[in-house]
Amino acid sequence: MTAETIIQSLASGLLMGLLYGLIAVGLALIFGLMDVVNFAHGEFLMIAMYATFFLFAFFAIDPLLAAPLVAAALFVFGALVYLLIVRFAVRAKANAGMVQIFSTFGLAIVMRGLAQFFFTPDYRSVTHSWLGGKTVSIAGIFLPVPQLAGALVSILAFGALYFFINRTDFGRALEATREDAGAVALVGIDKNRVFALGWGLGAALVGLAGAIMAMFFYIYPDVGASFALIAYVTVALGGFGSVFGAFAGGIIVGLVEASTALLLPPSLKSVGIYAVYLLVVFIRPRGLFGSI
Amino acid sequence: MDTSFAQRRRRDLIIAAVFAVLAALVPLFVKDVYVQNIMVLTLMYAALSQSWNILSGYCGQISLGHALYFGLGAYTTTLLFTKFGVLPWFGMLGGGLISALIAMALGYPCFRLRGHYFVIATIVIAEIALLLFQNWNWAGAALGIDVPVHGDSWLRFQFTRSKLPYFYFALALACVAWLVTWWLEDSKWGYWWRAVKDNPDAAESLGVVVFNSKMGAAAVSAFLTAVGGAFYAQFVSYIDPESVMGFQFSLLMALPAVLGGIGTLWGPVLGAIILIPLTELTRSFIGGSGRGVDLIVYGTLIVLISLARPEGLVGLFSRRRKGAVQ
Repeated sequence: MTAETIIQSLASGLLMGLLYGLIAVGLALIFGLMDVVNFAHGEFLMIAMYATFFLFAFFAIDPLLAAPLVAAALFVFGALVYLLIVRFAVRAKANAGMVQIFSTFGLAIVMRGLAQFFFTPDYRSVTHSWLGGKTVSIAGIFLPVPQLAGALVSILAFGALYFFINRTDFGRALEATREDAGAVALVGIDKNRVFALGWGLGAALVGLAGAIMAMFFYIYPDVGASFALIAYVTVALGGFGSVFGAFAGGIIVGLVEASTALLLPPSLKSVGIYAVYLLVVFIRPRGLFGSI
Repeated sequence: MDTSFAQRRRRDLIIAAVFAVLAALVPLFVKDVYVQNIMVLTLMYAALSQSWNILSGYCGQISLGHALYFGLGAYTTTLLFTKFGVLPWFGMLGGGLISALIAMALGYPCFRLRGHYFVIATIVIAEIALLLFQNWNWAGAALGIDVPVHGDSWLRFQFTRSKLPYFYFALALACVAWLVTWWLEDSKWGYWWRAVKDNPDAAESLGVVVFNSKMGAAAVSAFLTAVGGAFYAQFVSYIDPESVMGFQFSLLMALPAVLGGIGTLWGPVLGAIILIPLTELTRSFIGGSGRGVDLIVYGTLIVLISLARPEGLVGLFSRRRKGAVQ
């Protein structure tokens, strides 16, 4: 193993990690806002990838241009999921935790079933997109352009999210509702509206990730499942309740995955991610940057 | 209050005995192999969900990684039998003991974790085991292991002609899991678990040994789950990592208890009786098209039940009973 191989794979790990962060941040945002883990997060990613695919196949819209459209569509979808399902799940007087897990898990199964029904279980891919298959060489390291674009989008999205949460009225409403949902009602903020917008925003972010990933991953009804588990681990590793934690968690997960793939057979690359998660929470039971 | 609790327990026991006897008689009238197959699976899931309920329902430590213990039970039995000729009965016991020990070894660091950190730890530990088994050539790797079948034998616990022996074993297993839960409910452990579930800090300050009671729940729960896994391996006579250790399996084990009523004695039984036949029927009647309609029906049902009946379907019965008293 040469130094070059190591640097090469760490660089791709970093790019993938930034994308993992982008996938996970929606989950972290929703959890931070209302302590709910969305077990259909992977399926949100899946429909975003399909949306990108169909925009490309029917209207020849490149994934790069489709990304904002897909994010907007997912925003609406996320808000609807909150208003139609999650709103009632959080009201449950008994077993609130289990009700949240299983109502969103049930939704995930329905979404997978619908995808199979309408799109068939066939594997699909976006071929000949603007960036697809291109690589660029930086200081002797070859980087795939779509992943590079994904990393850039991820950094921009995190920057925008940071600005949004800290510098806008809605961001303040979000923070306030997260601090004390009862008290914000007293100052005239509609809790349900803030939660719906939070779900919309979380879904829009994973929509962005889905549009990028459609450029270099196969698209099929179960595609969300494997990424969802990585997203949960990413959020927990970074610490529940911390949006920045998801960003850092994503980078760590990407680097660990790449390093594991260097040392172990590729089929075991996820073992490294899981082992690092366990190691971190055994030492720090609230994740790296978690508040709870 | 005390006498009514004792009365309720006695009544539960009588109802369970009547149910068990009735269930044992069903195969005398129902000869259809397809239906018998569904009944075996229903009883198996009732037993598994009851085992899961001990740790996750009563003790409140939600595990979504119980596929690990199921898989360990299946693999221990099958490997001992195919590689060393050890009879499945010993494998079953051995798998149970290994799983209980591993559950305690894992519980040692994991029980410090709370909430979602604990849930995710249980998921990733089962995933690690799944990946290791998929890459373990001696144990058949991802292809799995075929259990060689040498004709009907109670000694080797294999039956090709009839499903009835499997049915009675599954019924016995469901009864044992139910009885263990019934007995634990009123034991020192049962009270400790409820205290740990409601408020671990308060329980600790009142002298409940929180850590040990979690370990006890994990060991019992893992042992019973592994016996279920050993049974399943014999029943289908073929195992591979994905089918006995996959994440889906952990969820399938939890679902009957959740829908029936988590942390209740009858929840897992009721949940399994409703859910498993429904799953199997939707799969064979509308799932054959391969177009996911079974998933749509199944998922919608999960969403609706969990939203409409957060306390589980057993709530329907207790409400009516309350109404009758009034």
